[in-house]
Amino acid sequence: MIYLRLFFEFFKTGLFAIGGGLATLPFLYEMSDNTGWFTYQQLADMVAISESTPGPMGVNMATYVGYTVCGIPGAIVATLGLITPSIITILIIATMLKKFRDSPWVTSMFYALRPASAGFIANACLSVVLIAIITVDEFKQSGNIADLFDLKGVIMAVVLLVLTNVKPLNKLHPIVYLAAAAVVGVVFKFAGA
Amino acid sequence: MKTLLDLFFTFAKMGAVTFGGGYAMLPILQREVVEKRSWATNEELMDYYAIGQCTPGIIAVNTATFIGNKIAGWLGGIVATLGIVFPSLVIIIIIAAVISNFADLPVVKNAFAGIRVCVCVLIFNAVVKLWKGAVKDIPTLIIFLAVFALSAFTDISIVIIVIAAGISGIIIKAVKGEFK
Repeated sequence: MIYLRLFFEFFKTGLFAIGGGLATLPFLYEMSDNTGWFTYQQLADMVAISESTPGPMGVNMATYVGYTVCGIPGAIVATLGLITPSIITILIIATMLKKFRDSPWVTSMFYALRPASAGFIANACLSVVLIAIITVDEFKQSGNIADLFDLKGVIMAVVLLVLTNVKPLNKLHPIVYLAAAAVVGVVFKFAGA
Repeated sequence: MKTLLDLFFTFAKMGAVTFGGGYAMLPILQREVVEKRSWATNEELMDYYAIGQCTPGIIAVNTATFIGNKIAGWLGGIVATLGIVFPSLVIIIIIAAVISNFADLPVVKNAFAGIRVCVCVLIFNAVVKLWKGAVKDIPTLIIFLAVFALSAFTDISIVIIVIAAGISGIIIKAVKGEFK
């Protein structure tokens, strides 16, 4: 019975959390209040782990919560619950799009939605830059402009920017750069840890 | 059957190397889906992201369903989605069962600080690629800048921005006399 409840709770999250994985967070707080399956502290730990493991964050969160509540079957049930509303909605939209692809309504909307989408992604890029390269807190504390940038991060970002844009290195798979960045991060202690 | 297996493993591979949200998946999607397999174009990817923004669920999952459905119908959509969540399931279960303080390990913290820098650069490159397909004239440039500014500096809901952008597209095309 708990499996049904777990599926339903995550189905609800998948249905109402619109956008990225972080959009699922408010629902998880509510779930904690309503079900008592996990505490806020546990939730904070789960967010940290979901952010530092591969895979979409929302999916990681669902798997983790499901596992915490009732083991491996719970992890699977929670994840399936989360993705079911997406699958249904997108399949319906995709079917409609196929039918109306050449309608002026659809082509005109996409004419504007594409640059809008690029704008959202540019913003996502900015927010990662703010976390990874720019250290606003240190700058606020010292007022020293040199503290605004994480020097190691800036150097690596510039090097990567060049490497990923020159031939023939730009043909390398992104995984290669991610793996190299992880190694550099560990060797040069990027988090200071 | 071969197509379905191919979908599952391609998306499983992408799920395994995506760090962060759906946006971090974009550079890898461009490589695997657009450049290597020609399953979709950059323009289609942008359409999927725009729709994924304002429909229920996580963008990464929505995009996987879209592409899977395009290649092999409904079953393809389901298989691609199961593919993208599969690595999460395995990795999280292992971590939850074995290392409870995973995120606090110094080696993990340092590695992810490095990975985040790389993710910035990869997303930046992805935006540059997308820009070429999306920003074609003055109105689309204005939309790009407006959406970027609104999402960066205001709390206006993404859903509202997407709907407003869609309506503005219809108006612009109508004014230009291209609505047909």
